[in-house]
Order: sequence, then C-alpha cells, then structure tokens
Amino acid sequence: MNITHLVMIAIGSIFLNNFVLSRFLGICPFVGVSKKLDSAVGMGMAVIFVMTLASFVTYLVYYYVLVPYSLEYLNTIAFILTIAALVQFIEMFMKKNMPALYSALGIFLPLITTNCAVLGVAILNIDSVWADDGTHYTFIESIWNGFTGGVGFTIALVIMAGIREKLEFADLPESMKGLPIAFVTSALIAMAFLGFSGMKIM
Amino acid sequence: MNFIQNFTKGFFKENPVFVIGLGLCATLAVTTSLINAIGMGAATTFVLIGSSVLVSIVKKVTPNDIRIPIFVVMIATFTTIVDLSMKAWFPALSSSLGIFIPLIVVNCIILGRAEAYAFKNSVWDSAVDALGMGVGFTIALSLMSGFREIIGSGTFFGFPLFGSGYKGPLMMILPPGGFLMLGLILAFINWNRLRKSNKSGGAK
Repeated sequence: MNITHLVMIAIGSIFLNNFVLSRFLGICPFVGVSKKLDSAVGMGMAVIFVMTLASFVTYLVYYYVLVPYSLEYLNTIAFILTIAALVQFIEMFMKKNMPALYSALGIFLPLITTNCAVLGVAILNIDSVWADDGTHYTFIESIWNGFTGGVGFTIALVIMAGIREKLEFADLPESMKGLPIAFVTSALIAMAFLGFSGMKIM
Repeated sequence: MNFIQNFTKGFFKENPVFVIGLGLCATLAVTTSLINAIGMGAATTFVLIGSSVLVSIVKKVTPNDIRIPIFVVMIATFTTIVDLSMKAWFPALSSSLGIFIPLIVVNCIILGRAEAYAFKNSVWDSAVDALGMGVGFTIALSLMSGFREIIGSGTFFGFPLFGSGYKGPLMMILPPGGFLMLGLILAFINWNRLRKSNKSGGAK
C-alpha cells in the first residue's frame, strides 16, 4: 500500500478536484438539497456512505466479473445496475435494521441512484492512472477515493447550505432570487477552491 | 398538441436546462468550447431519441413497478453505443468529453422524458418530443459554451476572434466560469419573464 497515493487521493478529491466544484459531478443534489443545513448534512452523509460502498462493489464487479470475460465495454450498464441494486438493498436493510438512521437518511437514498457523483466515482476509479508509475487504482485506493470524494461533496454542500440560509435574509433583485444567486454563489465558492490548485505533495 | 408545437416546445418554452433545470452536470462541465458542446448535445440527442422510441414501443408490456430499472437499462445500452462509436470515429472529442459520455446514463433529461412523455404517448410523438428536447439541450449547451469560449479564450469554434495576443479572463473556461455563466443566464431569463408579466399586467 502506497501512503503517498492515499494522501494524494484525499487532497485531490476534497480540495483540488472537488467532485462538485471542479468536476461538476452531483450538481442536481448540490442545488436541490442545499436550502437547509440539516438536510444538507443528511444528504452528505448518505452520499459518503453510498459512494464508499459503490466504489467497493463496482471495483469487484469490474475486476472479477467484467475483466475475466473481456466484457469491459459493458461497464456503464454493469455499474448503473450495480449501483441501483445497491441503493435499493441499502434502503431495505436500513429500514429493517437501523430505523433511526433510516429516518435520517432514508428520503435521500432514492435520489442518489441518479446522482452522477456515484457513477462518476465508479468510472473514475477504473479510468484513473497514476502519473508516477502508470498503474491503475488498487482496491483500497478506489474505496478511499469514493470515501474522500463523498467528503468533498459534503463539504461543498454544507458550505453552500450555510450561505444559502443566510441569503434568505438578503435583499436581492427580483430576477436573481432562487437558482441564479445559488449559481453565482457556487461560482464564488469554486473560485475559492481554485486557490488550492497548484498544491503539490511530492 | 400539433406537430410543430411538440417539436419546438423544447427549444425555449420548456427548455430542459434553463426552464426545467435538468442535466446540469453536463451543462456545466463540457461547455468550455463550442465543439464540445455540440458533440455532447448530439450524443445526448441520439440517446434521448433511441430510448424514448424504445420506451414508447414497449410501454404496453412493461410492468409498472419495475419500469425505472427497465428504462435505465435501455438508456445505458444507447449510451454504450454512443460511447463506443465516439471512441472509434471521434477519438479527440471523446477524450475531451471524458467521463461525461458514460454519464449520459444519469442525465435526468433522458429518464425524465421517458417517464413523463414516452411512457404515455405514441412512438412518433415520443420521437418528435425527444428530438425537440435534444435540440433544446444542444441550444442551451451552445449558448453557455459560446459565451464562455468567446470571453474566456477569445475564440469561436477554435478560430481566434481578437487576434493572437488576446488574454481574456481565463476564469470563464475554468469551473467557476460555468457556474457564473449559468447563474447569469438564468437571471436574464427570470428578468425577461418578470418584465413581460409586468407589461401584460400594466396593459390590463
């Protein structure tokens, strides 16, 4: 296991290539669920959970089912079905065994199936190649990428929700209310995150 | 609804991006140049037409409870076709669009049209609706990328507009520019709508 790689993944997917603000994955929940801080935190936790599990499962599906039978070109279909089944399964499992957690996260789970961040992280785990030695992500690195990607998503979502709660009281021009100001705000947050680019670990 | 209305409603009145607010990930991510925007628009339109027609054909035999997974498999099939074809014939475009080609699967416009329109209407109407929505999506992408490319890199379809020494605000083709441009376009649409409704209110 390569610790430098793990640190690079963490810094990369939280700050440098934040899933929302720089890779533009998961924009729909980012603007849809960022009106209230509580629901933003709930959604963020659900996304971290699903992205980690999805990275885990899709890695196994890709390397132990698709690759041995030379079916790599079917990865889009295989991944979306795996993720949909996984989310459905998590929902049923939570409802039965963790009712408290289900009541907190349950309503966000169906939304996550069509969240591009989840399918995006599965595809990125397969496609990404290390610049230094030309290898693909390992199993651990994929799961770590899923987890830290979810953390990056949550950070962006929570910052956004905090700002939007304050924006409720701002005196805006009529035509900027709602989505337009939300996007201009995200532009400013994204600009702040651009400040991290150029950061190097090695 | 007649043919022309069904075809053109997606252009402006029910534009999937600006009015309904679907497919925002792709809208923000690929609109750094016009070529990318048109390639993405064409790819999405193809998937949209294919899946709408297929959903409409099988709507009578699809069990209601499992329709969403069935739609998703159909959409994923067409997305794979587009992905492989683009890799074969347009490798440069395919690599600059990157993971957003496979991510057409989770573009809400396609599932949204399958669920809201193709599942309830005839094959021909669904095809026309899908084509109109696809064109509307392409219009939205082109508008975004046109502004971003001209302001950010001073080019139009890759041709320099302001001479080679142009140093524009690079931010417009970096991620924040996408958010800013979309926010400003949505604000303009709101402003226009409010102005029109004020006018008609004043006339009464």
